[in-house]
Amino acid sequence: MATNILMPALSPTMTEGTLAKWLKKEGDTVSSGELLAEIETDKATMEFEAAEDGVLGKILVPAGTENVVVNQPIAVLLAEGEDASAAPAAPAAKKAEAAAPAAKPAEAPKAAAAPAPQAAAKNDSGGRVFASPLAKRLAKEKGVDLAAVTGSGPHGRIVKSDVNGAKPGAAPAAAPTANLPAAPAAAAKAPAAPKPVPAAAEGTYTDVPVNNMRKVIAQRLTESSQEIPHFKLTVDCNIDKLLALREELNGRAPKDGDKAYKLSVNDFVIRAVALAMRKVPDVNVSWVGTAIRHWHDIDVAVAVATDGGLITPIIRKADQKGLAEISNEMKDLATRAKANKLKLEEFQGGGFSISNLGMFGIKDFSAIINPPQSCILAVGVGEKRPIVKDGALAIATMMTCTMSTDHRTVDGALGAVYITAFKALIEDPLTMLL
Amino acid sequence: MADSSFDVIVVGSGPGGYVTAIRAGQLGLKTAIVERDKLGGICLNWGCIPTKALLRSAEIYRNTQHGKDFGINAGSLTFDLKQIVKRSRGIADDHSKGVAYLMKKNKVQVIEGSAKLAGSGKISVEKDGKKSDYTAKHIILATGARARSLPGLEADGKLVWTYREAMVPETFPKSLLVIGSGAIGIEFASFYRTLGAEVTVVEVLPRILAVEDEEISKFAHKQFEKQGMKIMTGAAVKSLKKGDNSVTVTIEAGGKTSEITVERVISAVGIVGNVENLGLEGTKVKVDRTHVVIDEWCRTGEPGVYAIGDLAGPPWLAHKASHEGVMCVEKIAGLHPHPLDTTRIPGCTYCHPQIASVGLTEAAAKEKGYQVKVGRFPFVGNGKASAIGERDGMAKVVFDAKTGELLGAHLIGAEVTELIQGYVIGKTLETTEAELMDTIFPHPTVSEVMHEAVLDAYGRVMHV
Repeated sequence: MATNILMPALSPTMTEGTLAKWLKKEGDTVSSGELLAEIETDKATMEFEAAEDGVLGKILVPAGTENVVVNQPIAVLLAEGEDASAAPAAPAAKKAEAAAPAAKPAEAPKAAAAPAPQAAAKNDSGGRVFASPLAKRLAKEKGVDLAAVTGSGPHGRIVKSDVNGAKPGAAPAAAPTANLPAAPAAAAKAPAAPKPVPAAAEGTYTDVPVNNMRKVIAQRLTESSQEIPHFKLTVDCNIDKLLALREELNGRAPKDGDKAYKLSVNDFVIRAVALAMRKVPDVNVSWVGTAIRHWHDIDVAVAVATDGGLITPIIRKADQKGLAEISNEMKDLATRAKANKLKLEEFQGGGFSISNLGMFGIKDFSAIINPPQSCILAVGVGEKRPIVKDGALAIATMMTCTMSTDHRTVDGALGAVYITAFKALIEDPLTMLL
Repeated sequence: MADSSFDVIVVGSGPGGYVTAIRAGQLGLKTAIVERDKLGGICLNWGCIPTKALLRSAEIYRNTQHGKDFGINAGSLTFDLKQIVKRSRGIADDHSKGVAYLMKKNKVQVIEGSAKLAGSGKISVEKDGKKSDYTAKHIILATGARARSLPGLEADGKLVWTYREAMVPETFPKSLLVIGSGAIGIEFASFYRTLGAEVTVVEVLPRILAVEDEEISKFAHKQFEKQGMKIMTGAAVKSLKKGDNSVTVTIEAGGKTSEITVERVISAVGIVGNVENLGLEGTKVKVDRTHVVIDEWCRTGEPGVYAIGDLAGPPWLAHKASHEGVMCVEKIAGLHPHPLDTTRIPGCTYCHPQIASVGLTEAAAKEKGYQVKVGRFPFVGNGKASAIGERDGMAKVVFDAKTGELLGAHLIGAEVTELIQGYVIGKTLETTEAELMDTIFPHPTVSEVMHEAVLDAYGRVMHV
């Protein structure tokens, strides 16, 4: 019996995604667990496995289709030996409904659950946003960005009630609760779109459609910037010792093989952040409204710039990992982040973020907190500066770090204790061995 | 013997039940429908459809009466009551057969008899003293409603009619008193008045067609009086005294009592739900004033038991029942329907002039705290209405001044029951005044009044 393969929900908050690539062709035999397709969500590209054996009879949603709604049929799986003509024709989702197994109503919904394939048109990035006239007008009045609103109407159309439930400048439907692990983090300024969009003469601009990742960045960082009372603590760290140690360690690295490594300054920063968190665990917390949630593991997220935006892969239990391990893990995560190949669990969560713009020569900057975390450390370039040492001018390699902190969970004094602990580790890196 | 185990059993085959069964069939659910009488229920057999057939006869009679104005002389005009009724019954029968075909087409098994819940997931159907048992994962009750009977004013089917007898008169009453001025009462009043009966309508509320916008009520009141109907509002029927071929009705209005003697009385004082003999006793199904209490998905308190349509609650409209049934069964099948929004259910009364409306009346909108923008347009400003000789009518629209949301639309006049869907679609699509103003209405049509009323609400009306 032909069954519909439905667009999977690869995360709890996923409502739609891009069908990036089919890994099977029509007519290919598929066994349970085999990879069928690559699905791109707002956060990452994930592989989608077949749940049953059969033959891929018909692909209903071609590769490259954006905004495919969860539970929409994307292909038809035929039983072995079944004729492809048994497959419901593409536009005939209704036929698929009618063909749903009669004796098993529990399953009928599955086959019937989805809107017709053309539902894919919804919220096309940059394309037309499907919203009722009333919803559009209300959104304009309230300053709600429709592109960030999830529609509850037919085929995901945005209706009045969706807008009424939305917060200005944000997307409530997709807004993660405080304890839901986070997505891409903050390095640069929040790209909060000015609303309403100022009028401009035709032909004087080009609107570049945004991808899902950009939408999430816009939404989450706007929320963070608006809701979290940020305060900033800055320290200048002398990294001469760190650089010397790095050189020495890198000199000892095997050239290739499993044990090879090449430490970066940032790897030291990750380890120092993690060890400082162990010393001052009260910064490893999240505001959950009625409580301050203390995380048990020390998971450090590191912002990685990608073509589509930025994402924060996580070094789990970073306090328990050596520099070489951190270094290699970070390289792997960054490479896969840039290729959009991270798995959900590799970037969801984390108790602290690092954003390093040193490689661009940025001396000092501050970052926006990546909720539900409480702190983000903005790391500047290591550069030679004049310093006062033992009452005399001297030259040292200095690196300025600014920590943005959520005042709801971490007060100034606590933040200061933490960043001082961090500075001590960075300036005397041998203590990272302790 | 046919199957006895189903995914869905629908009890009652009115417009709620049979449409539900079709949708269930479409969704691949194994479905049966139980009917104790004729397929199609009241709507098809004793309501919507046969009354529209009667009213069409009345309309043709009225138009022919006015033939002279149009340059048509049809000689002396008479009507054949037997043929009028026969035509109406024929149409009802045809359509009932149509439902049988639809059931077959959608693989819905039709079970004849009276159904009763018989324990969890079980139903027992009795036909001619013989009982058969069936099981279903989901049981949808759609048993509808019947005419309400007021103590002392009970219908006897001879002198005091309900809609049922009023639909199949053997002789034409010279005089008639209609108790109740809802859609049913007014439609019969209109039918009988058009064919020449002396008609009195008694309404206990301060105005007729009380669910309609007050302006529409008043407009209709005037039109009916112009046609020679006698209307008493704020008046209550106290007693009926039956003679051989007449009834003397005592009416109290404004503290005064009067008596009228008429040949027939039609009681149209609302409906009560058919909740009896369904085996609801001992289940968790709650009944409130003869109607089953349901949630937004038509679920009763009893798992696997649902109720839709008139049985479940107002408004008492066939299309509401159908919509609810579809929604209910789609929810059962795991689809994602939307709960019923009562402000999007149109209501139609097929008197002359016709009345149709959707959404909030002006008063209801204000009561809900809306600041409103109201637009009106009379039929006299519409070319097509004049051309077809239907200059009595008006359109009225109510917008939320703040958002431009179309809150309600109220029409009275020729063909408005066919026009209202334009506003209904608009409401369902969440239109604002801008899209309605931007819509190009065909000329010359009566529908242009709908456009003009919207323009009027925003100070842009053209043809008055």
